[in-house]
Amino acid sequence: MRWFWIDRFEEFVRGRSAVAVKNVSLAEEHLHDHFPGAALMPNSLVVEGMAQTAGLLVADAIEYNRRVVLAKVAAAEFHFDAVPGDCLRYRAEILDLKPAGSLTRVSSHIGDRIQGEAELFFAHLEPGEGVPRLFEPDELLRWLDQMHIYDIGRDQAGQPLARPDW
Amino acid sequence: MPPRDEIFEKVRNALVDALGVDEDDVKPDATMVGDLGAESIDFLDIVFRLEKAFGIKIPRGELFPEDVLSSSEFVNNGKVNAAGIAALKSRMPFADLAKFEANPSVQNFANTLTVEDMVRYVQSKLAA
Repeated sequence: MRWFWIDRFEEFVRGRSAVAVKNVSLAEEHLHDHFPGAALMPNSLVVEGMAQTAGLLVADAIEYNRRVVLAKVAAAEFHFDAVPGDCLRYRAEILDLKPAGSLTRVSSHIGDRIQGEAELFFAHLEPGEGVPRLFEPDELLRWLDQMHIYDIGRDQAGQPLARPDW
Repeated sequence: MPPRDEIFEKVRNALVDALGVDEDDVKPDATMVGDLGAESIDFLDIVFRLEKAFGIKIPRGELFPEDVLSSSEFVNNGKVNAAGIAALKSRMPFADLAKFEANPSVQNFANTLTVEDMVRYVQSKLAA
């Protein structure tokens, strides 16, 4: 089992921005105890969903050549709780991207309300910099397919993204 | 070049955003690691923010010369040797290394860089 905290992408513009959806359901076991009778999604998991949205956006931009690791959560702020039945939309944009790291801004929306906001900083590590291989290529590609990246993804000129031949 | 106070203010904003510290804590003599709690990943974040704030390019290792501090050529038994001190001085003309030189243990280096060093570094980049 992998740690999936987004359900699919709705928008994906290579190197620029993305929107991913997370449906919160009472079928998720962790909500049964958090809290009994008053289930709410922990904001730490909202941050994880934000990081998966922005992290894939960054990893795609650098062609998955380095290991993109969430290094810092800066300036995170949450305005209200997400509860079962809510549909979260994570909007991510790349503020700055360099070989060694990237700075992104992500906001979480429920309907037309902003549920939370954060700046997420990713380190891009070379193999051998202390982080094991995060994904097997075929497993990563299955995840990207599941996320619909190559169905809805576009480059900045509006052209569809080519599915890599790994 | 903008006046020193203006540079200090932008450096302070970058450090407040990157380190989550209070504006009042960012004093010129505050050390980056000891007083402000910067960790190694924060230096990358700070580099991003300074580059954006001032429109400068900061090559990797210029602001925080981790390659010198981890080199067996420049470090013996946890202490930076004379060649290492010379390398640091040449790489970091903006930093006041006098205190570090008196006890050049690698661990001490973390408490060497100050906010004022950051300001001087930016000044040197803007003057270049």
